[in-house]
Amino acid sequence: MNALCRAALGLLLLALAGAGPARAELFEAHEFKLANGLTAVVIPNHRAPIVTQMVWYKVGAADEPLGKSGIAHFLEHLMFRGTKSVPPGAFSRIVAENGGRDNAFTTHDYTAFFQQVAADRLELVMKLESDRMANLQITDKVVTPEREVILEERRQRIDNNPAALFDEQLDTALFLHHPYRIPTIGWESEMHGLTTADARAFYRRWYAPNNAILVVAGDVTTQQVKALAEKYYGDIPARAVPARHRVAEPPKVAAARLSMKSPRVSEVSWTQEFLAPSYRAGDKQYAYALEVLAEVLGGSADSPLYKGLVVDHPLALSAGAFYDPNVYDLATFGFSARLKNGVAVADFETAFDAIIKHALEGGISNEAVERAKKRMVSAAAFARDSLSGPARIVGAALATGRSLDDVENWPERIGAVTLDQVLAAAHLVIHDDIAVTGVLMPGPTS
Amino acid sequence: MQPMTRFIALVLIVAPLALLRPLEAGAVTIEKVESPGGITAWLVEDHSVPVVSTSIAFRGGAALDPDDKAGLAEFTADLLDEGAGELDSTAYQSKLEDLAASLDFNVDQDNISARLRTLSANLAPTYDLLHLALTEPRFDAAPVARLRAELLDAIKRDLHQPEALAYRLWMKSSFAGSPYARSTRGTAQSIAAITPDDMRGLVHARFAKDALVIGVVGDITPAALKPLLDKTFGGLPEHAAPDPLGNIAVDRSNAVIVSDLPVPQSVVVFGQQGIKRDDPDWYAALIVLNILSSGGLTSRVALEVREQRGLAYSVSASLDPLQHAGLILGHVASRNARVAQAIDLIREEWRRMHDSGPTAKELVAAKTYLTGSFPLNLDSTSRIASILVSMQLDHLGIDYLTRRSALIDKVSLADAKRVARRLLDPDGLFFVVVGSPANLSDARRVAPGG
Repeated sequence: MNALCRAALGLLLLALAGAGPARAELFEAHEFKLANGLTAVVIPNHRAPIVTQMVWYKVGAADEPLGKSGIAHFLEHLMFRGTKSVPPGAFSRIVAENGGRDNAFTTHDYTAFFQQVAADRLELVMKLESDRMANLQITDKVVTPEREVILEERRQRIDNNPAALFDEQLDTALFLHHPYRIPTIGWESEMHGLTTADARAFYRRWYAPNNAILVVAGDVTTQQVKALAEKYYGDIPARAVPARHRVAEPPKVAAARLSMKSPRVSEVSWTQEFLAPSYRAGDKQYAYALEVLAEVLGGSADSPLYKGLVVDHPLALSAGAFYDPNVYDLATFGFSARLKNGVAVADFETAFDAIIKHALEGGISNEAVERAKKRMVSAAAFARDSLSGPARIVGAALATGRSLDDVENWPERIGAVTLDQVLAAAHLVIHDDIAVTGVLMPGPTS
Repeated sequence: MQPMTRFIALVLIVAPLALLRPLEAGAVTIEKVESPGGITAWLVEDHSVPVVSTSIAFRGGAALDPDDKAGLAEFTADLLDEGAGELDSTAYQSKLEDLAASLDFNVDQDNISARLRTLSANLAPTYDLLHLALTEPRFDAAPVARLRAELLDAIKRDLHQPEALAYRLWMKSSFAGSPYARSTRGTAQSIAAITPDDMRGLVHARFAKDALVIGVVGDITPAALKPLLDKTFGGLPEHAAPDPLGNIAVDRSNAVIVSDLPVPQSVVVFGQQGIKRDDPDWYAALIVLNILSSGGLTSRVALEVREQRGLAYSVSASLDPLQHAGLILGHVASRNARVAQAIDLIREEWRRMHDSGPTAKELVAAKTYLTGSFPLNLDSTSRIASILVSMQLDHLGIDYLTRRSALIDKVSLADAKRVARRLLDPDGLFFVVVGSPANLSDARRVAPGG
């Protein structure tokens, strides 16, 4: 059952990570702006008489005031707890009674709300969503039990799970200063202290039409959406929204090594992470090459990491590389493996280092790069085989400072990556002397 | 950076049709395609994207594994894409990758299934690979050793995860002595005992035409599909080994049992005897459970446990029909100090629904939701293909999607009340708690392994 939960999250992350963005012209997406600054994107898809409405706010956990960790996500929950005209709990009830489903999610960079409904109910959900953009009522009566809910969410996702707890600590080692070091759900001690006033202040500061992106995908036309958007969102006045000034990450000059023992772990999990450019930040011209690098090193059956560490000389049960450039500030490039029973960490690391060294010093063939690119671009066709997938890809891109064109040109940019660029990107990012290495292993806690 | 979501519908069980909503007639046209060689598939043509998704299933799953080889179906399925015919593991997987195809095998208690997605231009060579996997899997020593290690790791990992532990304990306690009591993964001991010959035996005995159902969705015509069906499945034996399992009852218990684990949040799996998919009261039961405990936040249980009191992030329960048994299974997780209160509230709501049934207003709302939201499932070719397979496994008929709204709409308030009373068993609701719960000192303690 946990696998189901993970699978669902995995799919979501895949979509959000831009793992398979297809060409926007194939989505036939159209973008327009209302006078109050609201950005809107329509992605027509007439396969079935259904629509997805998403509203993305360009604010996330990395925009929280110091000491108020978790407030962005807490506010996401409170957005369902009532306005002047829609009482607490009624939002989801109305959506359900109209045959729809709704949910929301928060990351470091954005907060998004969505409903899936029959196409003829689009107006209803636009009315509901626009209402809470301007008229949310946050009271102690709803804040008190909802704070318990997010604390239970933290226990369920993090505190009950040694791997998640360890990941949280690793992030603090990778990001020395930037708020990506702070967990989106919040530190427990600070979550206890989040108040009604905190939530109201965060809402007033960030939730404005000029800081939002409306994405509607499905059985609609741009004209229909334009008319409805004007009608429901058009009257909400623009407000001054602060620039997203996150503190800069200082240069990393030291390697870090974290280890954790847990009696609830059966085998060693090993990770190694590096700060990396994203699509928007750092040496961003390397972002596409880094995506290809991750695919070349660990994305296929004959990749050096999988074949070398799992198949040919099996030291690990799994091994791969990961990279998600779809973030507002610096990204993470990393490797992970689950060691076979009885394999010493040092022996694994010797083998791992040799594989990476060989790959970076001429071991990656032009053919491997071309095959990886072909797999990635082919996979883009599958992104179109869904209604909500393209909406998520477009929304996440726009909420992290990218354009519709960037999404549209993703296959071309991947296609243009060369072996030299892949190697240059690898040499830019992968350096032993600034690696953050994590070892989670079985054993009694102290 | 994992997004935090407002809620997760922690569905314990894969019961696709329990989640299905009826379709507006004509939104999707299902065609029965029969090949010259007699292979039947259900097809939904959709040429909007150059993609084809295929789902297949063989009736008969992990429940048919021999006791001393429990986990055989899962272990075998893990190896089907690890080398076949002339291709060793790496060659087979590389070929799939170069075709931009994904192939996943899955095993549950009742079926062995596969999902295949590829570009329509690559369909024929991808089906060739599926054919090889089903007819000439190699079971080479190296991948067998590798996958055995992976499976043993997964079994060990389950022993540390409160969700998996609670679910295992629930099934083990409720199905004592029957195959449903076992994990589909088997045990360390049974996995160690399985040989490649056992796997070949399973392939031979189970992968047969009369056990097979097929759903195909996407950019392909019936004329193009027919020869592919013969080429891919035509060589399978006619008949699968018979399924000896009859009806399997759920042991009734009103107990709360606790397995101690040092975690801050107790994880609870709860449930009782349910009904099977072919029960005449199915639709009334679906409505009653939707009102009582659906996965969203609008159910009675979610209102009491989460919205009013903040006792949990996720709480839900739903029908979980197996081939040979009916179940209602639910899940809740609450911090150790409050979990006893969550359990009391669930039992209370169970009793209230049993005694009085839903209100007229709740009935209308549930019907609107269950009928109106069906088209949301038509989001992708792979989801529709899974629906086509579930419909066939459950013998629902090719016109089912057009009938389903009416089946739900005709449930009366009296029906719903009668079924709530028949089905819900507040005194037979069995809770398994994994954690360090307070205020449950009377509960029986069991070791994680049971």
